[in-house]
Order: sequence, then C-alpha cells, then structure tokens
Amino acid sequence: MFSLGVFSLAWMSALLDRKPYLELKQISKRYGGVAALTGVDFSVYPGEIQAVLGENGAGKSTLIKIASGVTDPTEGEVLIEGRPVRFRNPTEAMRAGVVCVFQELSLLPEMTVADNLSIVDPPKWLGMINAQGQRERARALLKRVGCEDVHPLELVRDLPLSRRQMVEIAKALGRNPRILILDEATSALTADDVERVYGIIRDLKKSGVGILYVSHRMREIEALADTATVFRNGRKIETFTKGERSVDAIIEMMIGREVTHQYPPKPEPSADRPVALAAANLAWGREIQDVSFNLKKGEIVGLGGLDGQGQRELLLALFGVLKGVTGTVAIDGKPIKLDGPRKAMHAPLPMALIPEDRKTEGLMLPMSVRDNMTLAALPRLAGRFGVDAEKENAAVQVMVDRLRVKTPDLLAPVSALSGGNQQKVVLAKWLMTAPGIILLNDPTRGIDVGTKQEIYRLMRELANQGAAILFYSTDYAELIGCCDRVLVVYDGKIRRELAGEALNERNLLQSALNIDASERAA
Amino acid sequence: MKTATTGALSNGRYWIAHNSGVLTAVVLFVAMFTLYISNHSAGLTPAVATTAANKAVLLALVAMAQTLPVLTRGLDLSVGMVFVMANCIASVIVVGTVGEGMLGIVAVLLIGALAGFINGAIVVWGRLQPIITTLATGAVYYGISLFVRPGPGGDVQSDIADLLTGQLFNTVPAALVVLLVVVLVVWIPYRRSVLGRAAYAVGSNEQAAYMSGVPVQKAKLLAYTLAGVLASVAGLMLTFNTYSGEASAPIAGTYTLNSIAAVVIGGTSLFGGWGSAIGSIFGAFVLRTIEDLLFVFDLPPLWQPLFQGVVLLLAVSLGAFRILRVRNRLELFS
Repeated sequence: MFSLGVFSLAWMSALLDRKPYLELKQISKRYGGVAALTGVDFSVYPGEIQAVLGENGAGKSTLIKIASGVTDPTEGEVLIEGRPVRFRNPTEAMRAGVVCVFQELSLLPEMTVADNLSIVDPPKWLGMINAQGQRERARALLKRVGCEDVHPLELVRDLPLSRRQMVEIAKALGRNPRILILDEATSALTADDVERVYGIIRDLKKSGVGILYVSHRMREIEALADTATVFRNGRKIETFTKGERSVDAIIEMMIGREVTHQYPPKPEPSADRPVALAAANLAWGREIQDVSFNLKKGEIVGLGGLDGQGQRELLLALFGVLKGVTGTVAIDGKPIKLDGPRKAMHAPLPMALIPEDRKTEGLMLPMSVRDNMTLAALPRLAGRFGVDAEKENAAVQVMVDRLRVKTPDLLAPVSALSGGNQQKVVLAKWLMTAPGIILLNDPTRGIDVGTKQEIYRLMRELANQGAAILFYSTDYAELIGCCDRVLVVYDGKIRRELAGEALNERNLLQSALNIDASERAA
Repeated sequence: MKTATTGALSNGRYWIAHNSGVLTAVVLFVAMFTLYISNHSAGLTPAVATTAANKAVLLALVAMAQTLPVLTRGLDLSVGMVFVMANCIASVIVVGTVGEGMLGIVAVLLIGALAGFINGAIVVWGRLQPIITTLATGAVYYGISLFVRPGPGGDVQSDIADLLTGQLFNTVPAALVVLLVVVLVVWIPYRRSVLGRAAYAVGSNEQAAYMSGVPVQKAKLLAYTLAGVLASVAGLMLTFNTYSGEASAPIAGTYTLNSIAAVVIGGTSLFGGWGSAIGSIFGAFVLRTIEDLLFVFDLPPLWQPLFQGVVLLLAVSLGAFRILRVRNRLELFS
C-alpha cells in the first residue's frame, strides 16, 4: 500500500512537472480573406496520445500543416520544449522531432520501398548511398510495422494502398520522431494492420513519444486517445481527458454552429415521380462497394458523409470516367453502359457532371467566357457551316443573364473572373446541354456566400423543371438545406438514407462517423 | 484481406524489372549492330569499331546530359548548343603543349558547368519553365560560339586528340574508354548520391519529395549543371575528332533533338522520375547504328530520318501499354 502510494505520488508530480514538447500559442492562419484557424492554443506532451476532432473544414489540417512546417502561421508562435521555433519547411520540423504521416501519401511512386524509407538520410559508403545497408534498414523498418511480405526493392506504385500506408508509417518511424502526427493514417488499412498500428502507437507512447491522432473514427479514438481536442470553424473548442465527455457531447461540440444560409423552400415529397436514374450494385475497387439507389425526376438527392468515402468516385463512375465499374445503371428505364462522358451526355436523359476542381477539370482558363460556356453544347449551336456565331452569342447572353455572371465581356478570359463567377460559367456550360440528370461534385467549395445562395436557388429551379440532381457536398448545413433526401456514404457503401425530419445535422454526423443508434445507447 | 505480394522474388528479378527499358535498348542495339557488322565488308576490325565509336560517343554523351534534367521532369533544349559552344571554345584554348591543352580541357569543362548552372539557376530561382529557359539560353550559348569562332577552324592539341580518338592497345576504341570513364566517374556516383536520388524523387512527385524533406532545389541545380558538364565533354570529343571548331547551327539543333530521342529510346520517361543515363547511351547507339545500317545496305542516306522516326515511334509505343491498365480515364490525361 505504502509503496503504491509513493509510486503514484511520484507519478503525479511527474505529471504536474511535465512540459509540452510541442506548443502552439495564439496561432491564426488566414488564406486570403478566409480564416482557417483563429487564436488557437494547443500543446502536445511527451508520452500522450491526443486525438484531434472536428468536422470537414474545422481547421485540423491547417493545424497539422503548421505543426509540421508545411505552412507558416499568419500570427502566433510555435514552441519546441519551450523555445520558439520557425519551421521553414517540413525538413526543419522533422529535425526538431515533429514527424507527420500525411493523409495524402508522401511516397514517391516510381521509387523502391527501400529508396523511399531512406529518402533523406540514407546509409552511405564513401559518400555514396549504400544500397545494401539501405535494403537492410528497409527490412528492419518493414518488420517493425509487420510488413515482412513487402520486398524492399518493390516499387511503391506496385503496392496496394493499404501496404503503401504501412510503408508511410515505417518511413515516419525511421525518422525517430518525438512527436508523431497521424492524419487519418488508418483510413486505408485492413483490420489486422489497424491493430498493428495501435500496437506501434502504444509502444511509442511508452518510450515517451507524443502522438497527435487525427481520425474520424470515434471507436479508434475511444480505444487509443488519452486526451482529445475538438475544433470547430477554425477555433479550438475544448481539450478534455478520456472519459470526461460522452460521444453525444463530443458531437454536440463538433456541430454547435448557427445556420447562416437561406435555402429555397422544398416541395412536398411525392411518391409518384418517375425514376430518372436507377443504379444497382455498383462496385469499383474499395471506393464503391455494392451501391444501389434511385434518383427521381424533380428531386435533389444529397451525398453525405466524410470527405473521401467514395462519393467523388461514385459521381465519376456514373459519368463513365472510371473503367471497370460493375453493376447496372438504367436511365429513364433504359439500361446504359458507362463508357465515357460523351456517352453519358447522350444518354436518354442527358447527364452533366460539375467537377470538383473547376480549374483543372471544369474550365479552359485562358479561353473566353463564351467559348467555355458553349464547349459542351457546340453541336447544338452548329449550323450547316460550322458554329453559328449569332446563335452562339444569343445563347451565351441568355445564360449570363440567367445566372447573373459578372463578366466585363463575353469574350473576356475566364481566368479574369472571380471564383464564384467561374463556377457559374461551369454551371452554364452544362445547363446549355439541357441535362436531365445533373451530378454536382461539391460545387460551392471555396466560393462566396452570395453565389452559394444563387446556386441553391438555381438547383431548386432546375429540379422544379424536372431535372434529377445528385449533389455531393462536404458542408452538412448545405445538404440539409438543399436536399430532399441525403444518402450517407461511409467506406464506399451507402450506410443510411435521411429524409424529412430525420435529415438533421446530428443524424448526418452520426451516420457519417458510422456510429449507429445501438452503439450510442450502450 | 491478405494482400498478394511478390516478396519471394529475388533482388535480381527486381533489378531486371527496374531496368527493362535499358535492357530493351541494349538488345535493340546489339541486334542492329550485329546486323551491321555481319554485312560490313571488313567485319569487326578495330578501325571499323573506332569509326563507329567516335561518332556514337558524341551523341551518347549529349544524351546522357539530356537525361539528367529529364529525370527531374524538365528538359534541356540547350545541350546541343553547349556542345557546340564547348567545341568552339576548345578549338581556341585546347592548343599548345600537352600541359596547356589539359588546362584548356579543364577550362572548357568549367564553362560547360557554368552554362548548365545558369540554366538550373533560372529554372530554380527564376521559376521559369525549363523548356523556354533552355531555348533562350541555348540561343545565347550559340551566339557565344559564333563570337568565338565566326568561321570554322582551329589548331587543336593533336597529341591529346589522337590519344582520345584512337585505339587503346591497338584494339579498344579510346572514345569508348572515355565514355566508360564518364559513366564511372560521373553517372554512377551521381546515381548513388543523395542529390541524384533527390532528382528522381523530384521527377516522380515534386510535392511528395518536398514534403519528405528532399532537397528539391539543389537536386535541380545539380542536374542542370551536370548536364552542362556532360555536354561540354561531348564538345571536347567533337573537337578531338575534327581537330577544329565550328559554330554550326544544324549540328546544335540536331544533337538537341536526337538527344531527346535517345533518352526516350533508352527507356527514360519524359514525365520524369524514371530511367537512366545508361539507357540513353544505348538509345544514342541505336540512333547512330541506323545510319550505318543504311550505309551497308546501300540505301540512300535520304532514308535516314524516316527510319529514325520509325524506330522512335516503336520505342515510344512500348510505353503506351500502360493505357491498358488504367482504371480512371482521367489518368490518361494527367
């Protein structure tokens, strides 16, 4: 008893004395006019596992980028063991012991596993890289993460995604981190590997490494974390220790925001609408798994869930961009083969896809507003002798007026327009093809509030005229405000359909995190 | 799910897989060269080999130079001009005694390095696209060649020239030995250095390389600088072949374009991050052997560009097989 008391006293005082290894003080980060982080105080202690929680766009990624030297804070300072530092690049952060396993993999696909694991400080002999030593080092690191089945000379591009993620973790371990940041590092792992990663994390913790763990999986956080910090709208809401807060309370903290947008009224749901698009048992790799749903005319259906659960792939599959998709799709009752965008545009009900990145997939930036708008609909505007210029200008003018595109001239290059107006040009391009089915891939990301509301109104207008709309958005409020129904996607599968009263932020977030009701009751 | 792996494959099998492009070029060259020799009236005599080597080594060196920027996902359109500039300058300063000639050689190499460094500096710090940067600097380097040598001529140190373009022990072409030394002293250490590795990393995925703490800028600078050095080695060899210098625009242009062709035939990806200067050497040999083949089969030299074009197309289409494996059609355009 006595000895136990002494032990715990020593332990307590060690707890009180301990200093954070990494500390962020009053950190703010602004991108242009948008604040990604505001006045955040944050610290990570040696030997703790801290979870970072928050919705899409809550500021988690920005926090990690600042801690690992990818980006500079606009205001505030970063301290390592109490000393202020300024990381100019990820290398400096790594030298200071802050190592990050990035969500978007940082491996070099055309190089071998051994090369990747020793990319910065390879073992050398006479100033040259010692290939033998490097292979041995790779073998040891791979063994540590339980990947003995990966040969050090295999190319990273030939590895399946789950193995790549393990190699990424091995690479981070090879740098002897003092603070290890794991950003959704288990999203592509198999169940066996996840267990192994847990084991590695607990071992690191024992040896005094501080772990920063970003995950959307509540179960993982419950299993691993000592403390958790919730972020919302770029602000730190609270840091608490394990067991202090219920899952419900945590979700409350993550939501808690006022509704700022006005949405057009939704029509009464009606059952007798004809089906525009029927998808059955669609599958494509890990990203789409046995997805079936109907999309009716005049209906806006949302795709919800966390970012990157297969929503984008689903839209691309419907538009025929992906190869090797299995399952069937019927449009207006007629089966159709998904064989490329041109085929989709000429389906019984013409399809249109508003891509996620307007700059790379949506627009020809140096070309004029007019040429961009008519690109997809040129055959309609063509007469016997090529494109009818008068008809083209008239059609473009109609669109510019209808969408209120602010442009100095129809012939001005699209690159001269603001983000919101660029997005309107993309929309106009596809509206010119008179689509019956519209696939929207996060169309309001990065545009101003005013334009957002115009887009919401336009969507409802199109639906009322009979178009069927499938709408993926990372903004839950937007999904609730705009959609008649929302399909929540998790890990490539549709987990839940929400409509009417059930379509609220709490349900959306819970299904997005894949927590079912029974589990919460327990 | 247990993943299928190829862990059982030996290191050798991986080596073959990683060097398949180079091996293809080697096989192609050996086949063509055997065809050439077996139809040559004299067969494989030291004289025949030396003539072939002296011609082929020039393009091989320029192609090696081109490989380095290409590996970083760049391109150097000035290699042919640096080659000609080195030739012109060498014809002026590699003269006199053997000792003076050696000093001249060192000076030419330094000038080549400077030319390459300027390319790299503009690409890295000026953030201009490599293709337009080197198009412009190439014109500058050619302009310098014209100043140095307005008309063809020169009186090059002939002892060095004869040594490096003759035969070793009356059998081995000395030019091949020069090439081998360049490979051993420049390429192999570069390939196995941290900065050489970094060049591959930058070409493979520049963002990921930066995130991994790879010295991105240094890698690019070194790649362009070494390209300048290798191009000037080629320029020196040209000088020793002709004992003179000539500011020839057609030679500069042809060597630049053929160097890109040789790089591709040698299995190096123009998208960067994949390939080897050894492949480029054999790519250059393949291109040169086409000319010789036309000669022994008595075909008019007018056919040469056509045949070169066909070989290049065949080599490039080997790389097009990847289209069959694409899952996302958008990847075809990235």
